[in-house]
Amino acid sequence: MQRPIATTRSATGIPTGRLAVWWVIASEIVIFGGVLGSYLMHRLGHPEWSHQSIHTNTWAGAFNTFVLLTSSLCAVLAHQAAEAKDGKKAARFLMFTVLGGLVFLIVKSFEWSHEIHEGFTLTSNTFWSFYYTAAGLHGLHVIAGMVIMLIIMPDVMKNKELQRVENIGIYWHFVDIVWIFLFPLLYIAK
Amino acid sequence: MSAAAATHAEAGHHDHAHHEPGFIEKYLWSTDHKMIGFQYLFTGMLMALVGGFTVYAFRMQLAFPGVAVPGYGRVTASDYNALITTHGSVMIFWVAMPVLIAALGNYLIPLMIGCDDMVFPRLNRLSYQIFLVSAVILMASFFVQGGAFGGAWTAYPPLSAKAEYSLTGTGSSMWLLAVALEFVAFLLGGINFVTTVMNSRAPGMKMFDVPMVVWMIIIASILFMASVGPLVAGAVMLLFDQNFHTGFFDPAKGGDPVLWQHLFWFFGHPEVYVVLLPAMGIVAEIITVFSRKKLFAYKTVLYTAVGTGVLSFFVWAHHQFVAGIDPRMANVFSVTTLLISIPVAEMVFVYIGTLYGGSIRLTTPMLWALAFIGEFLIGGVTGIFLGAAGADIYFHDTYFVIAHFHYTFFPIAFIAVFAAITYWFPKMFGRMMNETFGKVHFWGTIIPFNFIFIPLFVLGTRGDHRRIYDYRHFPDLMKAGMQDLRILATISLLTLLAFQVVFLVNFFVSLKKGPKASKNPWNANTLEWVAPSPPPHGNFPEGLPNVYRGPYEYGHPDRAEDYWPQNVEGA
Repeated sequence: MQRPIATTRSATGIPTGRLAVWWVIASEIVIFGGVLGSYLMHRLGHPEWSHQSIHTNTWAGAFNTFVLLTSSLCAVLAHQAAEAKDGKKAARFLMFTVLGGLVFLIVKSFEWSHEIHEGFTLTSNTFWSFYYTAAGLHGLHVIAGMVIMLIIMPDVMKNKELQRVENIGIYWHFVDIVWIFLFPLLYIAK
Repeated sequence: MSAAAATHAEAGHHDHAHHEPGFIEKYLWSTDHKMIGFQYLFTGMLMALVGGFTVYAFRMQLAFPGVAVPGYGRVTASDYNALITTHGSVMIFWVAMPVLIAALGNYLIPLMIGCDDMVFPRLNRLSYQIFLVSAVILMASFFVQGGAFGGAWTAYPPLSAKAEYSLTGTGSSMWLLAVALEFVAFLLGGINFVTTVMNSRAPGMKMFDVPMVVWMIIIASILFMASVGPLVAGAVMLLFDQNFHTGFFDPAKGGDPVLWQHLFWFFGHPEVYVVLLPAMGIVAEIITVFSRKKLFAYKTVLYTAVGTGVLSFFVWAHHQFVAGIDPRMANVFSVTTLLISIPVAEMVFVYIGTLYGGSIRLTTPMLWALAFIGEFLIGGVTGIFLGAAGADIYFHDTYFVIAHFHYTFFPIAFIAVFAAITYWFPKMFGRMMNETFGKVHFWGTIIPFNFIFIPLFVLGTRGDHRRIYDYRHFPDLMKAGMQDLRILATISLLTLLAFQVVFLVNFFVSLKKGPKASKNPWNANTLEWVAPSPPPHGNFPEGLPNVYRGPYEYGHPDRAEDYWPQNVEGA
């Protein structure tokens, strides 16, 4: 399919792809806003949930925060390389970003299997329902970001469609920021 | 390279690759915004038939309880629940939304801003396909164990959360899944619309040169994006409650059923404006063309639309005055709700100001547009009663509410859409519709419409509760001619439905046999009328237009013609 002329125009001066990513993020913010808002309202009404949240593993959460932040740094470096038209380097940094996501998911799966083993499942209490739903929704976004990076990598490596590096980077920072909200709300608040 | 050359090159390339696109490629797998608009339009029309059939069946039950309905059979209590739920959901999510925003937005936006397609054509195609899947899932839910969902279109828990209450376990989950998929489809579409209008306008088209209907669809898309998130989250939570027995909305497990109402109406009330604004935009286009006059106050309409959008996020709890919210909160929400009538009233005044002193042509689209203003006004004014917490406690869950929101939604989803279809039909299909049939259909729709809902207003003021399946069990609600009013409403509905045949005949016969339409049969200014009727792939074979002025320059004193298209050069 040939690209329509519409796609090549830029009345705002912002490239079309980047503009669309910002709108995607705007709509994602309200989705996570809905989950977190509901959680906060419940949490304020149920001080006894601290007896549940005490069982979350704060150190694992802190380690994962560190991992995600590092992967975001790699996304920035990839963008920098893409700006310098160095597709090979950009793809390499994207690979590091994907690896960061992978480590995050592995830690998460150990955490969850431990907690489920201890008897804290999706249905054992509404705190745990929120815990698994919010973190699960976030996890799906991590996976989506990784998949997209793997899809765009071959083109980037050939120095084509380099603007995609920045676009996926913006999205990845967003996923990171969501975690920055989830971590204190689900782990630190005891 | 000029745009014309580019379009030619593209057309040439097209011919080489494959001589004639096959049926699937042309009608089902197309990335052309016009074809995707038609897909939405025809799917929406088909779903409107479903919505019409369901209302026929349950209105017959209300007027003539226990009698076998011709074409349906006896309506049982659980059938009744499924029918009202399906009617509400289909009319709002699968008729109003796809036709007003998706079909017209897709068709009109690239044409009216003077470009060849949406910025993301494949995303556009995907959005329709997801929408189609959602419609199929909804329809399939009629055939599963327990039947279609029967918890009303607002899906309040615990009725929607527990299969032992609703008796439609599978149906509820399918309904929820269908609604969630539909939201995904419109999110993709909305992102595409907003990005397209922001970036791909014709050279020279500034912010205030954009036709009002495009503005309105964009504001509506942004409202939708900003409001639907919590409901998507809520839908996930409710699906978990239904299938994994979590307790988000179950007080016994530490959840809260009213939370759903907040999440639902935080979306649900902006949603009213998501569909209202495009309808208002359609009316703005039509009344300017057919009164040959500039829109009375372009910027006022625009700012009030934005104001309405912002305010619409602060009114949602007026749906919950009797759900046990704090009376102090009810006060706040009463005030915000009454406030929102101000910008909407302002828009109506601007439209009346536009008509004043114009040379009005009562064509079929103009009749529909004028009727929209009048009928929607009744919907708006009766909303004041329901927005005030004190009055709402009496009116809540009566037929007054039903009559009120049908006086808003029917003008939006049908009157404005008929206005749009009759107005843009020559552009869409290259042929004119029949005016006589159009006017017969108009009067045959408007008169019965009022005779359906005025009796319901009266019933509502007498305390007629809206969730009753068979009034014979409620002697208090059978007194003093109340049943007669129900029968009047049902007979008016039958009349209204019968007159839709006139429209369908007019539509499909004109499609094949109507007189050929010229490029610009209404002498209108906006860019879609620069393209041939119907526009080919790429829209503007003579080159993409440039824009030199606003869209409503009618009756300019220095010109011989009373219109001045946006693309014509000259000061």
